Amino acid sequence: KAPVIIGVAAVVLGILHQDFWWWEDTSLVFGFLPVGLAYHAGFSVAAALLWAAAVKFAWPRRLEEWADESGEG
Amino acid sequence: MSFPLAATDVSSTPLWVIAGYLAMLVALGALAGRFFRGTSKDYFVASRSIGPFLLLMSVFGTTMTGFALVGSTAKSFEQGIGVYGLMASWSGLVHSAVFFLVGIKLWAVGKRYGYVTQVQYFRARFDSPMLGYLLFPILVALVIPYLLVGIIAACKTLQPVTAGMFPQTFASTNGAVPPWLTGLVVCGVVLSYVFFGGVRSAAWANTFQTLVFMGTGVIAFVMISRALGGVGEAGRMVLEHAPEHAAREGLIGKTQFLSYVFIPLSVGMFPHLFQHWLTARKAKTFRLTVVAHPLFIAIVWVPCILIGMWAAGLAAAGEMNVPNANAALGRMVSVLVHNDLLTGLLTAGILAAIMSSLDSQFVCLGTMFTNDMVLHIAGEKRFTDRQLIWLARGFVVGIVALAYGLSMALLKVNVFDLGVWCFSGFASLFPLVFAAVYWKRATRAGAFACVLVTAAVWGVFFYRDIIVGAGGDQEYLVLGMMPVAFIFAASAGSLVLISLMTRPLSDAVINKFFMNAGSQSE
Repeated sequence: KAPVIIGVAAVVLGILHQDFWWWEDTSLVFGFLPVGLAYHAGFSVAAALLWAAAVKFAWPRRLEEWADESGEG
Repeated sequence: MSFPLAATDVSSTPLWVIAGYLAMLVALGALAGRFFRGTSKDYFVASRSIGPFLLLMSVFGTTMTGFALVGSTAKSFEQGIGVYGLMASWSGLVHSAVFFLVGIKLWAVGKRYGYVTQVQYFRARFDSPMLGYLLFPILVALVIPYLLVGIIAACKTLQPVTAGMFPQTFASTNGAVPPWLTGLVVCGVVLSYVFFGGVRSAAWANTFQTLVFMGTGVIAFVMISRALGGVGEAGRMVLEHAPEHAAREGLIGKTQFLSYVFIPLSVGMFPHLFQHWLTARKAKTFRLTVVAHPLFIAIVWVPCILIGMWAAGLAAAGEMNVPNANAALGRMVSVLVHNDLLTGLLTAGILAAIMSSLDSQFVCLGTMFTNDMVLHIAGEKRFTDRQLIWLARGFVVGIVALAYGLSMALLKVNVFDLGVWCFSGFASLFPLVFAAVYWKRATRAGAFACVLVTAAVWGVFFYRDIIVGAGGDQEYLVLGMMPVAFIFAASAGSLVLISLMTRPLSDAVINKFFMNAGSQSE
């Protein structure tokens, strides 16, 4: 369930990244930051949170053990 | 409001700051070299012993080039704040996705089978030595221009900063340190640490360099904003004189904006990044990199985007002359702050961003020539481990010499436009690595089709843009989109179509690369 939820969240983030609200808006937030830049800077934080959730809830299982097993080639 | 130009007296302080940075880098390289364990595995992948912090810094430092400071400011000066969404936040989202979905898996396969290069993996995954011979020259050809851009950018960064310092010695360059000397020093310093310590030294140096360029960017932002009367005053000045730079309408197209999502996929196929992934001590080492990478991008890019926007406002107000967009950051520092120490720090920061990519690329190409060509052709038992290290060192020296010679020969040619084509090429090969990791039905013929179609379609668009000049002075777009969108579609389409039409790989090959586990998550 977790990888599916995180995958859907990533796609939704990707769609919202297109910015359907402030494309033409020049107003400043916090008195200095253009709203479009604030919106996308927020995406950097959202991306960090999304991938933090991924490493917490969707970490590949048994990968470490598989990598440590005797190889060939 | 007016901003006086800096005094014309020439101070050598910036050069001393830069020399100090380079000396610290050499010392750090020498220290890292003392930890070299004397094995080829240590030279190529640091004995797979790199921890979370060093992996984060080396991956981030390798990913960010001088473009992160100078180019981001220049693009913002030209196109406004939309550049952040175009390049930085897309990268934050996509880079970490690639690290999580592809990087960790490749680390596991690399550790299990002892791979140190991409080509070794693809040869085994598709059971085809020939695929390696096809892929090798393409990967090398895409890395070389990337190298040249770095060296030439370093030369062009230092020249205006040192103008007038040596009027007798370097009269032909108006007293500035000439490009041949800058290139020689930059290549020599990088060579001094990667020659002895390989990828471990590169990881240590990248950590130092990343701290330098992140720090200098923030310091420049604080000092420039103070000179403008604070960030609020600077923002209002832009709204008064260049309001279009505070939005995207008219400066960036919506489909162009969307098509930029493909560019950051290039990290999935960068050979030098692949090598850094393989240095991780264990899979969990990746966790910090996956989470912190988007935040690090924001720390570097947001200040530079704002500085570029402010420069556009000042230029529109007639307060500052910016001869070309690439000079925007330098002009903001020299005109507004005119502090020699900051000029030196900022130049060191730009050099750090450039060199943190150069070192990884040099050692990666040396590793590829050694393992993918010589070792593959001559056989693994042909060389002792010690001979293998010296062979790699020989290739690194040869590649550094070749890159230096080529960059000096092409100094007057505009190679910066090649940067986006390198990224487009790597990004368009991403379907190959994604299918290799996740799609059991991907076939040898599908892999060949993917690489050949990518090369052909990339070649057509490259010819239209660079040779014919179809884009003119503007960014070359096709139906309003970056060409990479079409190359990527052709690449993925050919891989899927040809794979479905041809015989699957044997169970032995598939079982070797896919864990036979029911659930892949916990």
